[in-house]
Amino acid sequence: MADSRINLAAATRQGEAIEVRISIRHAMETGYRTDDGGKPVARNVIRNFACRYNGVPVFAVRMSSGIAANPYLRFFVTARESGTLDFEWVDDAGARGMAQAAVKVV
Amino acid sequence: MNSLHNVFIRSLLFAAAALLLFCEAHAQPRALPLGVLRSGIEFAGADVRGMQADDLANPGFLWVERGEKLWREEASGASGKSCASCHGDATASMRGVAARYPAFDAGSGTVFDLEARINDCRVRRQKQEPLLRESDDLLGLTAYVALQSKGMSMAARIDGPAGAAFDRGRVLYGTRHGQMNISCAQCHEQNWGKRLYAETLSQGHGNAFPAYKLEWQTMGSLQRRIRACIFGVRAEMPAAGAQELTDLELYLAWRAQGLPVEAPGVRR
Repeated sequence: MADSRINLAAATRQGEAIEVRISIRHAMETGYRTDDGGKPVARNVIRNFACRYNGVPVFAVRMSSGIAANPYLRFFVTARESGTLDFEWVDDAGARGMAQAAVKVV
Repeated sequence: MNSLHNVFIRSLLFAAAALLLFCEAHAQPRALPLGVLRSGIEFAGADVRGMQADDLANPGFLWVERGEKLWREEASGASGKSCASCHGDATASMRGVAARYPAFDAGSGTVFDLEARINDCRVRRQKQEPLLRESDDLLGLTAYVALQSKGMSMAARIDGPAGAAFDRGRVLYGTRHGQMNISCAQCHEQNWGKRLYAETLSQGHGNAFPAYKLEWQTMGSLQRRIRACIFGVRAEMPAAGAQELTDLELYLAWRAQGLPVEAPGVRR
């Protein structure tokens, strides 16, 4: 499964806001459900999500079971210089996800 | 004498009604006139409509991307073929295909929905195990193929060999089922637009499927959606891929003729 889909403007002028949108594939198991045998299904949600801009942390979220499956995040980062946005997340089971997007500042 | 006269008139009326029914069966007038035809998205709130319209906010595209990857993946078995080995670029070869499904398959002599067609190709051409219905792989491939028909008019064929399946589907659609003892038509034909608990009854079209259902928190096929209705009326549940479900899918596709394909749609 595609782990994530990212969308941002092809180029942004320096000092302006870059709109970053990311959609991540994750079941976001709440921990409140039971399986067909009545046993509780362990909680497994993306616990932490972070975004770094050329290595500098610019955005982070701590998520819990209130977030729907396949979370979709939209946030803004101020355009400083061309480079990369690195996204990283980890779920309750310890599984890590990563993605990268190029930023072009003009 | 009077009663005999009555009987005569009644049988005349009966014959006329039977003739009308006969003509109707063959001319196939629309179940819903084009003027009142409404896609399910029109019954959804602004948030759901916005989600479907935005390719990034629409989680269905996570499955589309998976399908796109699978399209090019070569079979591990004897054939070594990918979908692309035969069909090439899906954006060209699959354009309009989903709009015509379900369709009659001469090889098996039955009507296939898109999922059955993909699995038939997998088994016969790729020499692979069929994919499970509702698996992320099958939903992904179906969504990817269906996307290539997005915006095109639903145009399933019901003439020729598909006619028998269509007739069965139409009968099923109008038959009362389950403990609730209601038919599909009673909700989706006679009472669409009205409230059922917190929901607005839609016209019951399948043009957005496979779709991301917020209720399910995942992608699902039209068969899963139909099964949800069967559960709702507390009727006996057909198996996944059962003939009656395909028959219903064909009837629904005909009923939705003129609506655009919206797959991968978003529904509440």
